[in-house]
Amino acid sequence: MSYYINQDLNDTICALATAGGVGAIGVIRVSGAEAITLVEAIFKGKRLTQQSTHTVHFGKIVDGDKVIDEVLATLFINPKSYTGENTIELSCHGSPYIQQQILQLLVSKGCRLAKPGEFTLRAFLNKKLDLSQAEAVADLIASNSEESHRTAMMQMRGGFSYQIADMRERLINFASLIELELDFAEEDLEFAKRDDLITLVSNIQHLIQELLHSFKYGNAIKNGIPTVIAGKPNAGKSTLLNALVNEERAIVSDIAGTTRDTIEEAFVIDGITFRLTDTAGIRSNSQDKIEVIGIERTFDKLQKASIIIYVYDAATTTTEELSNELAQFDAIHAIVIPVANKIDLTTTPLIPNAQTISLSAKDKTGIEVLKQRLIETVRKDQVKNDVIITNLRHYEALQHANEFLQLVLNGIDMQITGELLAFDIRKALFHLGEITGDVTTDDLLANIFSKFCIGK
Amino acid sequence: MFNKYDVIVVGAGHAGCEAAAAAANLGSRVLLITMDMNKIAQMSCNPAMGGVAKGQIVREIDALGGYSGIVSDRSTIQFRMLNMSKGPAMWSPRAQNDRMLFAQYWREMLEQTPNVDFWQDMVSEIIVDNGKTCGVVTGMGQRIMAESIVLTNGTFLNGIIHIGTKQFGGGRIGEKAASGITEQLINLGFETGRMKTGTPPRVDGRSLDYTKMERQDGDEIPSKFSYSPETVPVKNQRPCWITYTNENVHDVLRTGFDESPMYAGRIQGLGPRYCPSIEDKINRFAERNRHQIFVEPEGWDTVEIYVNGFSTSLPDHVQFEAIRLIPGFEQAKLFRPGYAIEYDYFPPTQLKLTLETHLIENLFFAGQINGTTGYEEAACQGLIAGINAHQKVKEQDPFVLKRSDAYIGVLIDDLVNKGTDEPYRMFTSRAEYRILLRQDNADIRLTEKGYNLGLASENRLRAVEKKISDTDNIIKYFKKTSVTPEEINPLLLELGTTTIPQNYKLDAILSRPQVELKDITNALPETNALLCNFDNEALLQAEVLLKYEGYLEKEKQVVEKMNRLEDVRIKDDFDFFAVQSISKEAREKLNKQRPKTLGQASRISGISPADVSVLMVHLGR
Repeated sequence: MSYYINQDLNDTICALATAGGVGAIGVIRVSGAEAITLVEAIFKGKRLTQQSTHTVHFGKIVDGDKVIDEVLATLFINPKSYTGENTIELSCHGSPYIQQQILQLLVSKGCRLAKPGEFTLRAFLNKKLDLSQAEAVADLIASNSEESHRTAMMQMRGGFSYQIADMRERLINFASLIELELDFAEEDLEFAKRDDLITLVSNIQHLIQELLHSFKYGNAIKNGIPTVIAGKPNAGKSTLLNALVNEERAIVSDIAGTTRDTIEEAFVIDGITFRLTDTAGIRSNSQDKIEVIGIERTFDKLQKASIIIYVYDAATTTTEELSNELAQFDAIHAIVIPVANKIDLTTTPLIPNAQTISLSAKDKTGIEVLKQRLIETVRKDQVKNDVIITNLRHYEALQHANEFLQLVLNGIDMQITGELLAFDIRKALFHLGEITGDVTTDDLLANIFSKFCIGK
Repeated sequence: MFNKYDVIVVGAGHAGCEAAAAAANLGSRVLLITMDMNKIAQMSCNPAMGGVAKGQIVREIDALGGYSGIVSDRSTIQFRMLNMSKGPAMWSPRAQNDRMLFAQYWREMLEQTPNVDFWQDMVSEIIVDNGKTCGVVTGMGQRIMAESIVLTNGTFLNGIIHIGTKQFGGGRIGEKAASGITEQLINLGFETGRMKTGTPPRVDGRSLDYTKMERQDGDEIPSKFSYSPETVPVKNQRPCWITYTNENVHDVLRTGFDESPMYAGRIQGLGPRYCPSIEDKINRFAERNRHQIFVEPEGWDTVEIYVNGFSTSLPDHVQFEAIRLIPGFEQAKLFRPGYAIEYDYFPPTQLKLTLETHLIENLFFAGQINGTTGYEEAACQGLIAGINAHQKVKEQDPFVLKRSDAYIGVLIDDLVNKGTDEPYRMFTSRAEYRILLRQDNADIRLTEKGYNLGLASENRLRAVEKKISDTDNIIKYFKKTSVTPEEINPLLLELGTTTIPQNYKLDAILSRPQVELKDITNALPETNALLCNFDNEALLQAEVLLKYEGYLEKEKQVVEKMNRLEDVRIKDDFDFFAVQSISKEAREKLNKQRPKTLGQASRISGISPADVSVLMVHLGR
């Protein structure tokens, strides 16, 4: 709910300070009053709280007995830091997986993931930046949050949108049942039995735990960026997939409609994983039942894609045809890369080369250019970096929501009254809202009015 | 013929009466203009005050020094504290009132308030000079000058009443509508809209058979609204009755659907979802084979009965046929049919938190004109508008309550920042700090503010101070006094909670959900002897504070955190358009609603947390 906007500038925040992706090292920055004590709790080495400012210390980041990484911790003691607060920068190895593990650990110890631009905002508010930099900071906050929201939505489509939406529904339902008792006690209604509420909350918790579990295995980083190859039948999609992954994976033939199902492959460019899906060609007039099913699956895959590689035949496709074909992706929020295939078969493509990537999947010419474009697309849109962050954010939000739901269950067990249960439900809703968007009082009331006959 | 007034209040409903009383008590010379002197403080709909969330508002009005609580208490014929099975934050006082007495006491109190003059006429125009109002023109052509104007027109602005296919102009049944003001305000640049509300038929109590209904009595030990000792709880209450509709009633009602002004599209205004007509209920919830009907007497002596739950605008003959199929109503005689009414309102996003309009200086709106519904919602806006109309004239600080201060603060903040497209009613769920905003502590929250304004009397302030110190003493006693297992375990066993193995402090015992303060005093003679020196208000206060200590503490922390945003003020001349990093729509919204604080900005619909952060940077904190 919007009134819980987290503008708390006193808690300790953490985030990846270097660009995402596989590199030699990555730096995680932790800032806030508790920064040093928090890191000390997971740091095996010298006692960080007893070290002086601007010193560097070697040690291990540990989760209980488990060593996550060997790191260098650089100390900046308030006010001599970028933010003006106590700050630690952890230089760890450049694996997204390790970075996520460390951030997750920090969050579990009481850190909060920094909001976009928050380090800079704190620096500004602590008078570490001059006024002329204010507008730059403001721009950063505005653009980053927009970007991360978009990326989050992109992520969502690929992953858990259904479960999250389902959970939101259930939680709204639960919250409205409680509010119903509070505001409409005089109405002629049957209120939910406490046992039913316990079942409902337990089901929501179960769903949250499943999601948390999947996060633990670093789904997005492992799974990569959902990328779909689409195009008309026989445009050479499967050949292109094979060319990209260097493996005869899909059945390739000259008969249009050979690929009847979707096929998935993963490949890595510069440390970034792409989850590549080949699809059945989109033919609206197909009579073959199996092929029709394949086409339906294609649209399903397209909905979940972050990037779509659209393959067409360079010899036969006109500019007008191509723009008509691309128009069908307008409703899908993915980045579309048009690719002219089969340039080995023509010397005079109908569309000028400059507007598109031209290649021959069969001869493996131009594949590198496509790979370069893929990586640029990802870098430009910061897909990767935000994949880690948004995932962690979701992780953090789900964890909090889960905690408050547990308080609700405890409360029901202790027979506390409805308005106190509602107190914790509101907090759970707030945290879930960080993923799904705000759940407002108006949502709850709308749910009540649509489901119950209220009003004398 | 007329003196120049400080404040003119247009309309004498719940909002208008509170506005006139407040401004006059603060020292303004006030003129209250109403179309009919005999219709001051009408309960146009049900003869009741309070209820869940609304009862809290009445107590807040009283704590600040408004009159609604006192008038309600004096005209109460039945009193119930609703939601007693829930925690104290949910306890909600509700009174059935004698409709005639209610109006009579309001008029008496206004007549006895120095500085209130009356005039009977319709106001047809606001006099505006250089973006500032300075008086009104009446239907008879009088020009009456004043520094500030408070408009509380209720359902009268271009009101149209619908009963079946019949429709006619009117502000209430049998009363003329008002015209002129809407058209003028549109010309001045105001946005306007239509809303709809409805009321049930009134019947002759002598024609009802109460043996077929369930009796609903008031509380055995009734309480009251006002914190002032001027009023006492009601004695010898009148009962209400409950009965139910059935499928036969619904079938007859359905025969009128063709002629329903709602379904035929003759009514465009949006009605409240939580106060649906009976036809709406059977239409939208077809699976329910009965609906509850509350049979409420309209006063001590009258036979007139309010049929709560049967609001309708179906043709009168359908109403009549259908109502007679309700058990106990077989021989019912109607006094008058139910009806729906459509009226003009002005989207409240055009207001400041003081209820002054952005467009015209010194012009204030309160009540249904702002898109709200309910006597309590109207009354509290009237109070705030009346106070601020006076403050403006006398060049004093504006008076604004925060969301963490009062339901009144929540209501006005919601209206101004979010607006509303259906009649806005208060619910406890709208208040994020619900457990702080209780009916038992409205005086502690607000009386000092009322006193500082000059509205709440010194006696009220002294009473609150005593309540606070008594409460402290009781709490101290509970925190330091130990109890032995022998003394308390029999009680704990009886209440079905676990026994204690060694001495416990009393506050730990009380914090258990199963244990109430009165259980402890019953079990411990020593404690009882000490606590009987304190009055009930202080005892209740101490019990609530002790029992909910943990939650109250957590809630206060949230308030503090949020208030850091509330404390970041935005200057009146701040240029929102200069903030390039915020989207264009957001900039336009901010510029239009001109929030006074960062907190307020954060609640304007369409303003994102990122926008707030950006603003924070620009404000330099």
